[in-house]
Amino acid sequence: MRHTLVAAVVDRPGVLNRMVSLFRRRRYNIESLAVGHSETPGISRMTFVVEGDDRVIEQVKKQLEKLVDVIEVRDVTGEPAVVRELALIRVRATSEQRGEVAQLVELYRAKVVDVDHDSLMVEVTGTEEKVNHLITLLEPFGIEEIVRTGPVAMVRGARPKEFRINVLK
Amino acid sequence: MKRSGAEILWECLVAEGVEVVFGIPGGAVIHITDALPRYPVRFVLTRHEQAAAHAADGYARATGKVGVCLATSGPGAANLVTGIATAYMDSIPLVAITGQVPSSMIGTDAFQETDITGITLPITKHNYLVTEAGELARVLKEAFFLARSGRPGPVLVDIAKNAQAQEAEFRYPEEPEIPGHPPKRPLPEDLLERAGELLNTAERPLILAGHGVLLAGGHTELLALAEKGDIPVATTLLGIGAIPGSHRLSLGMVGMHGTLQANRAVQTCDLLIAVGMRFDDRVIGDPKAFAPNAAIVHVDIDPAEIGKNIVPDLAIVADAREFLAAFLPLVEPKKRSDWHAEIESWKREAGWDEPLREEGRLLPQYVIHEIWRATEGRALVVSDVGQSQMWEAQYYLHELPGSLITSGGLGTMGFALPAAIGAQIGRPDLPVWVIVGDGGIQMTIQELATVVQEGLPLKIAVINNGYLGMVRQWQELFFNRNYCATCLHNPDFARVAQAYGIRGLRVDRRADVRAAIAEALETEGPVLIDFRVEPEENVFPMVAPGRSLSEVILPQRKEVR
Repeated sequence: MRHTLVAAVVDRPGVLNRMVSLFRRRRYNIESLAVGHSETPGISRMTFVVEGDDRVIEQVKKQLEKLVDVIEVRDVTGEPAVVRELALIRVRATSEQRGEVAQLVELYRAKVVDVDHDSLMVEVTGTEEKVNHLITLLEPFGIEEIVRTGPVAMVRGARPKEFRINVLK
Repeated sequence: MKRSGAEILWECLVAEGVEVVFGIPGGAVIHITDALPRYPVRFVLTRHEQAAAHAADGYARATGKVGVCLATSGPGAANLVTGIATAYMDSIPLVAITGQVPSSMIGTDAFQETDITGITLPITKHNYLVTEAGELARVLKEAFFLARSGRPGPVLVDIAKNAQAQEAEFRYPEEPEIPGHPPKRPLPEDLLERAGELLNTAERPLILAGHGVLLAGGHTELLALAEKGDIPVATTLLGIGAIPGSHRLSLGMVGMHGTLQANRAVQTCDLLIAVGMRFDDRVIGDPKAFAPNAAIVHVDIDPAEIGKNIVPDLAIVADAREFLAAFLPLVEPKKRSDWHAEIESWKREAGWDEPLREEGRLLPQYVIHEIWRATEGRALVVSDVGQSQMWEAQYYLHELPGSLITSGGLGTMGFALPAAIGAQIGRPDLPVWVIVGDGGIQMTIQELATVVQEGLPLKIAVINNGYLGMVRQWQELFFNRNYCATCLHNPDFARVAQAYGIRGLRVDRRADVRAAIAEALETEGPVLIDFRVEPEENVFPMVAPGRSLSEVILPQRKEVR
């Protein structure tokens, strides 16, 4: 089963390397990974999707928490969380087809963010399923390029722990 | 006050109570060794950096303090790797200091540059690259804290050459600031009570004690628990010494070469309390067939060990000593004579003392048992890896906690001699014996020079069978005696020892064993005894890899049960 985990990590050089090295060495199957700053300076929040049974996920969580730069890891899979992914899709579209593509894009509450002679760039945000769905619908037009962030997640309602740290360089 | 990075390093080490550093100098640590004479730290010059890491490891195991080793950049740092990996697998607190090329040259493939923080990422608890002198104090505070906190382990600090020469304000922080580490975990009272109920209603309980009991200093509490509940105690290889080897409740080691009674007890018990151990594959054999009749209570300080190899019925994340101390009052005093009678019958069946007869060929078990007899089981023994290690574990009954030092997890051949150097320096009050094979000693034999230079009275027993014996044993048992690449053409070890300035003896006959050991004990300085033992003697009992602990092979090769 796929699990979505959210980690708070100290924003130091090499922290990503440490985490990825751990996944590689213990042969955990990472499907996606998204990293960015958090509300606290010096702390990043990382969302990643891991494939594995409960025992594997438990190990991933505990092994990650042993890393000194990792402050905490939370499996949000069973929790009421908002999970969103952003994708940019370049789809072929002649001037006649533009309208049809734009209609689909609208239905998915996506946006056309760039237009070229024979293609459009579409920005879509949503669950992974929604993004996949839109891609499937755009495929008949011919997809030239896809970039996806991988999901980011936040639990509804719950306020995060406050992290008090010295801001390290 | 302003100091150079090199001075700051030594100030920090002195503040941490470091008295000995093992290492080899070099271009990228020359500022550090240059500043050394101004500080009250003994520098032990090994002949290879691997030995420096093992010596620091042996020192840490013998004293309970953090071991420190030093190496230059590139090859020096890379040579530490086996020693760091050894310490990591066995949870040994170690701080490894390496020099790095100047920060302006990092990443340019400079002379003697290697990415040692990258290399040691998976074999350290944490590591640091320091490029400015001003960072050193904070980093070293954290490094020592991490090495000894929670589940101990090695930490590497890589210091760029410019940071050693550069001056900075020095102030040693009182406390490290590491958010989230170590997580505070109060003892779970409810789980302790559950465990107590399980124990008080069990008919055939067994304690399996691991290294964690010794690391936590919980041997007294362990013994009190075992005696109060009349509970037999088996140990892992690294748990040996957690209970005195001669104690009536001691079953010896469990696992692949464990005693018959320990393995039978695991397979028969109805409650297994595993404390400070991690269910290593050499301990459990086939995980699906492990302790089939038992409820398993797993106590370990590292939450990641819970459920990794064996899923317990009850898990308690705790320091072993704290657990044992809190658990003791919950345990009802009991007498379990039926359970002990059953165990006694297995002991008799095992034929453990067969190799100890006074006549016949020179057997390794006999040699080790005679060393035990001569030292009354109270020496500090540093064993290497392979057959000699297993015979030591079986035939040297350790009376004292922490009196066996061996590479359990990584199984590092060549560990014993350098680790014994560190152990003897840490514990000059104890007799230190090295039990090592002819294969193992040749992996770090150059350290005989360090033994002499440091004036260490090590007693070195080479269990010489002319083979890489454990591999040969597997070839004999599982590969149709295809002795590929396991036969060793050896030098005369006694004469090699003499060339280094060490008294060298050679023993070929059983009748000469006692006299040689006595001579070694009477000699003030170091002695090496080359015991030319039976070449094709095997380690039994044995459980074939991946098989159930119920399938114990005894010396007669008869399958039991």
